[in-house]
Amino acid sequence: MFGKISLRYEVPISLSLAILLTSLVIGSVLIWRSYDEVRNDLFRSSVEIGTVLTRTLAEALQHDDVWQAYQILRSAGFKLYIVLDDQHRIFVSNKPTQFSMLSELRTLGPEFSALQAKIENHTSLTPFLHERSEDEWLYVVMPIVDDGIQIAHLVIGYPRTIYWPHLLNIAKRVGLTSLFVILFLVPVGWWVGKRTVDPLVQLSQVMSQVGSKQLDDIIYQPLDRDDEIGRLGQSFDAMIKELKEKQNLEGQVIVSERLAAIGRLAAGVAHEINNPLGGMMNAISTHRRFGPLDPATEKTMILLERGLKHIHETVSALLVEARQESHDLTPEDIDDVRVLVQSDAQKKGLQLVWDNRLDKPLSLPSTPVRQVLMNLSLNAVQAAEQAGQVTLSVARVDGLLEICVSNDGVTVSNEEIGRLFEPFAHNRPGGTGLGLWITYQIVQQFGGDIYVHSEHGTTSFKVHLPLEAAA
Amino acid sequence: MVQKGAVDAMVDSRFLLIPLLSLLLAVGTPAAAEGEQTETLRIGLTPVFLDNKLSILRTWQRYLEKHLERPVEFVQRPTYREITDLLLAGDIQSAWICGFPFVRYARQLQLLAVPLYRGQPLYRSYLIVPASDASTRNISDLQHKVFAYSDPDSNSGYLVPRVRLRRLGYNPDTFFSRTFFAWAHYDVVMAVAEGVAQGGAVDGYVWDTLRQMHPEITQRTRIVNRSRTFGFPPLVVHSSLPEEEVGLLRHVMLKMTEEPDGIALLRQLNLDGFITGNTELYEGIRKNVLYMNRAELNVWQNQLTVRGTD
Repeated sequence: MFGKISLRYEVPISLSLAILLTSLVIGSVLIWRSYDEVRNDLFRSSVEIGTVLTRTLAEALQHDDVWQAYQILRSAGFKLYIVLDDQHRIFVSNKPTQFSMLSELRTLGPEFSALQAKIENHTSLTPFLHERSEDEWLYVVMPIVDDGIQIAHLVIGYPRTIYWPHLLNIAKRVGLTSLFVILFLVPVGWWVGKRTVDPLVQLSQVMSQVGSKQLDDIIYQPLDRDDEIGRLGQSFDAMIKELKEKQNLEGQVIVSERLAAIGRLAAGVAHEINNPLGGMMNAISTHRRFGPLDPATEKTMILLERGLKHIHETVSALLVEARQESHDLTPEDIDDVRVLVQSDAQKKGLQLVWDNRLDKPLSLPSTPVRQVLMNLSLNAVQAAEQAGQVTLSVARVDGLLEICVSNDGVTVSNEEIGRLFEPFAHNRPGGTGLGLWITYQIVQQFGGDIYVHSEHGTTSFKVHLPLEAAA
Repeated sequence: MVQKGAVDAMVDSRFLLIPLLSLLLAVGTPAAAEGEQTETLRIGLTPVFLDNKLSILRTWQRYLEKHLERPVEFVQRPTYREITDLLLAGDIQSAWICGFPFVRYARQLQLLAVPLYRGQPLYRSYLIVPASDASTRNISDLQHKVFAYSDPDSNSGYLVPRVRLRRLGYNPDTFFSRTFFAWAHYDVVMAVAEGVAQGGAVDGYVWDTLRQMHPEITQRTRIVNRSRTFGFPPLVVHSSLPEEEVGLLRHVMLKMTEEPDGIALLRQLNLDGFITGNTELYEGIRKNVLYMNRAELNVWQNQLTVRGTD
């Protein structure tokens, strides 16, 4: 039944129903108890009254004084009094027209014949209560005893409706109390339900975004709760984070594989070009060696030579060779780069923050590191806003050389970042389009890592180069 | 006179205690010293009238004390028998009793005065049934029913219906399934009205008076028939009472019609006055008593004969 209803309504409704059910149960128990109590009270007071009455009635019975007996009983109000003689005939009653003298109880209908049977079966001299749900009256029967001998019975009848005012009163009280409790607890239930359900609703909304939206756009703030819902939220949060990491990782793998493939292709092409290129260069120089050439041929040769050199340079640039022999990296090498970058920075009016924390030489070849540093710095200077800031820091961190370069400027999108290290991806005017490609190749060859992070107008590159591997 | 002073004090005083005290003094010490004249006159009352009306009794007592110039005390007992016994024993000097005990003890008792009811010293016995009973036409229709008598010494409430049954050939002891004594005519009316008894015999004067005072009670009963007239329950004295005392008493009773407070009292009693009366008024009751005695003797003899032949 509740499957289709939102928990938001189901919780307070269930709570109200539970309260209602509880008050019903409590009410029934109370009513049942009070019914019992009223019955017992009735019996007790009847026996008290009856004890007094039977004493005077015994005298009237002995003298066969009907009128005296009647006068003893006549002012009974709503109660019914019947005195039965030893043959269970009516000696007198306070309702003489209905229970006329000398008639037998059993002739007055099933209710009274049952009563008579009960009286006949009850042999002891103790009072007893006779009640049947189908009867109009509730009876208390008392023996009238004279000198230890039972001479008659006094039947005291109460209309069974006597219970109703009591029971109704209790039912009313229970009902009112329940109403108050419900009035108080329904808002509480509403609040509890909302508190329970709201995180679930939020969770389900966020969950439904998974698959239809970019993971990065899914924002979930797990609740600081230690219950099941809190744990559910935390698990979901952990799942989202793992998914994001996995996606990132996949993206990185794709990028690095692509770069590796491009690297292999470039190396292969460069190799294949370099061989015939060397032959062609040799052919030109050999041709020169055989005497002076006519001016027209000389002009052609120079043109060819310049073109071939350009090809060679381009191919060499693609074919990054990090393992060049060079001295270990010294702190001064870093500062040299600063001097080189300084002029470009000044041209743009940039603030250059240079934080060199190296204090002694590191076992890394200086040339490729200087190249990396150079490329990243110039790149940053170029990308920075006019009169912006470029920050560079070099430090040794846990067996790594860490280079951080950041600049303010246009934020680079994720898509652009994926292609940032590809050759000719950003061919800015005045650049070769190979700076970051070369940087990447160098870092790769040193077994290091390079990270790009661009957010809120700041783009940073971070390079980690392992010192051990290099050694 | 002392009593006169007491009466004056009663009239003058705004307080209740003072007249009561002076009355006590008057009755007690000085009155006793003056001799028999000032002794309290004790009058027995029976339920031949509505003796449960305390206001009437008070007025009557005051009236008698004023005119007899001596203290009067009313003595009430639940049964006729007790009053008759007190009277015969001399514990009370006078009594208002039924004609039946008067006939029975005619030799020891003397008529003092007979009330006049509707101008005559006569009354009837009424046979009544509950108003819901529309079918009963005669006492014989009440066979095997519950019947209420007033008192075994009552003429109208006992003797009359029993004689009637005898004359119709029934044995009054077995005719009804059950009989009981209500001891007062008023209670007979109540017993019939409330359905305790399906029939009852009641003093006609009491029923009529009750109808004037409490019609809501009498209208719950229906008169089946009225008996012939009998001598009204008389006021009697013990025959040993001195003649002059009887004469004074009788004089006060008979002169009630001439006194304004006497007339008011008579109106309350629903009576017209008192007369001297004579024993012939009770001839009818006497004959009934004789008839019953004879009949019961016959029954007794028959029973003896039956036993003898066994």
